[in-house]
Amino acid sequence: MRTMTRGTVRPAGLMAALDRLTGDEKHDPSALSTLDVLWVLYDRVLDVDPARPDAPDRDRFLLSKGHGPSAYYAVLATKGFFPLDWLDDLGGPASRLGHHPDRLLVPGVEIGSGSLGHGLGIGVGMALGLRAQGLTDARTYVLVGDGELDEGSNHEAIAYAGAVRLDALTVIVVDNGSALHGWRGGIASRFTVNGWSASTVDGRDHEEIETALRLTGNRPHVVVARVES
Amino acid sequence: MRDTFARTTTAILDEDPRTALVLAVISRDLFTGAAARHPDRVVDVGIREQLMVGVAGGLALSGLRPIVHSYAPFLVERPYEQVKLDLTHQGVGAVLVSVGASYDSSQSGRTHLSPADVALIDTLDPQWQVQVPGHADEVEPMLRAAMRHDDPVYLRLSAQTNDRPHATDGRLVRLRTGGRAAVVAVGPMLDPVLAATEGLDVTVAYASTVRPFDVTGLAALDSTDIVLVEPYLAGTSTHVVADALRAVPHRILSLGVGRADLHRYGGPADHAAWHGLDPAGLRRAIAEFAW
Repeated sequence: MRTMTRGTVRPAGLMAALDRLTGDEKHDPSALSTLDVLWVLYDRVLDVDPARPDAPDRDRFLLSKGHGPSAYYAVLATKGFFPLDWLDDLGGPASRLGHHPDRLLVPGVEIGSGSLGHGLGIGVGMALGLRAQGLTDARTYVLVGDGELDEGSNHEAIAYAGAVRLDALTVIVVDNGSALHGWRGGIASRFTVNGWSASTVDGRDHEEIETALRLTGNRPHVVVARVES
Repeated sequence: MRDTFARTTTAILDEDPRTALVLAVISRDLFTGAAARHPDRVVDVGIREQLMVGVAGGLALSGLRPIVHSYAPFLVERPYEQVKLDLTHQGVGAVLVSVGASYDSSQSGRTHLSPADVALIDTLDPQWQVQVPGHADEVEPMLRAAMRHDDPVYLRLSAQTNDRPHATDGRLVRLRTGGRAAVVAVGPMLDPVLAATEGLDVTVAYASTVRPFDVTGLAALDSTDIVLVEPYLAGTSTHVVADALRAVPHRILSLGVGRADLHRYGGPADHAAWHGLDPAGLRRAIAEFAW
C-alpha cells in the first residue's frame, strides 16, 4: 500500500499496473489527476462486473476527458476487465490501448473519447435511454476535466440535464486548474445555476470522494474533485 | 415529405418501444401527441444541436434506436463532429432525418442552405446509408426499412418532389432507354431530368438510395457515358460511379449544386436555374456532353 495523504490509499496492485504502462502518457499530469477518483469509482461505487461488462442494468462510467488514460487503463486492468499484460504495449500497432480509449477495443470502456466535450452529451442520452427502458437503478457517471469545460458542448448538456432534472446523472469534474481562463465564481456554480446539486472535495481523499459520489437526489449532481495543478 | 415523416415516426414510436425521437425544437409541433404518449422517448433538447446528436449517441449506446431530426445544416454540418464521434466512432447508429435539402429554404439565405450534407456523410464509415426520396410516398417505406436494423442512416427529405413515387428497394429504376448516354437522376431531380431529356436519345434511370449506390444497376444501364444529376453538391457520387466503371473507358458528367456562395435569396426554382439544375440548364449540359 502507498499512503499519499489523509484518506488516500492506493493499492500496490494498482500502482504496479500503472508502472507497467510504457510511453510518455503516464507522466502527463492529466493521466494521474484522475487516478484517485477512478479508483474510488471502480472499487467502491460503480455497480459493474468485469465478467458481465455489457450487463444492461450496470452503472455506466464515461471518461469524457480521454487524454492521458493511463490511470483508467490501470484501474480497469486491476479490476479484471482485461489482462494486465495489455498494459505493456500502450499505443503499439497491435495494442488495444491507445493514448485515447476506444470502446470497441477495450472491455469495460463505455465510450471512445479524446476529442474534448463529447462525453457529457452522450452521458445525458445514456441516462435518458436507461430511464426510458425502466433501468432506473443504473446510474450514469461522466468524468470531465476543468479545462474540458471550456468546450461549449458541455454547457448544452449541463443546461438541459438541469432543466429536466436528470437525477440519474453524476458528473465528476477533476479540477487541476488547467482551464486557461479559469471559472469565475467557481466550477460548481456553472452547474448549480442550471439546477444541479454540487459537492466539492479533495480529489485525493478517497473517503471524501466516495461520500460525494454516493449523493443522489431529485436532480443531477456534480462532484468537483480538486487536485494539485 | 415532412408530414409523412412525422406521421410515420409517430406510428413507429407507438409500435416499437426501442424507438426514440430526438429534436432540437425544429418540427416539435408535429410531435406533440407522440411526446405526450411517450415522454421518455421523445426528447426535445432545445436549440442545442451538438447535444441533439450526442444524446442520440447515448440513447443508441443504451439500446434504443434513435431518430434525429432537424434542418440539414443543423443536423449534419453544425454537429458534424458529434455525428462522426458520438455515433460513428462509438459503433452505434441512428436515423438522421433532415428537411430543407439544398435550397428549400433559399429565402432564408446561406445559413439555411446545406448542399454539402451528403458529401459530409460520405466522409464517414461506409456503413452509412443515404436515402434521397423523390416523393412523399417513398418516405414511409424508407423510414420503416431504416428502423429494422441498427446501422446509421441519413434520410434527406425535400420540399421538391416528383409527380409520382418509384420503388425504394435500393436499386436503380430504368425509366427510358437510349443510346447516347445514361442519365442517373437522384431523388427530386427525376422530373427535371425527364423534362430536360424529352426527345433525346438517352437512358434515364432513377436513384433514391445513393449509399450504397446500386453499382450493379449502373452496369446494367450498358453505357459508359454517364450523366449524374444530384440535388446536392455536384460530384458527390462521382467517385462511386468512377469506381464502378474502372474496368472500362468511360466519361462522367457530374451535375449538382455548385460550391459558390451566391449571396442570393429567391425561391428553389431560382436556385435550380442558377445552378443549372432546371430543365433548360440540364438539357444544355446533357446535350453538350452526349453530342
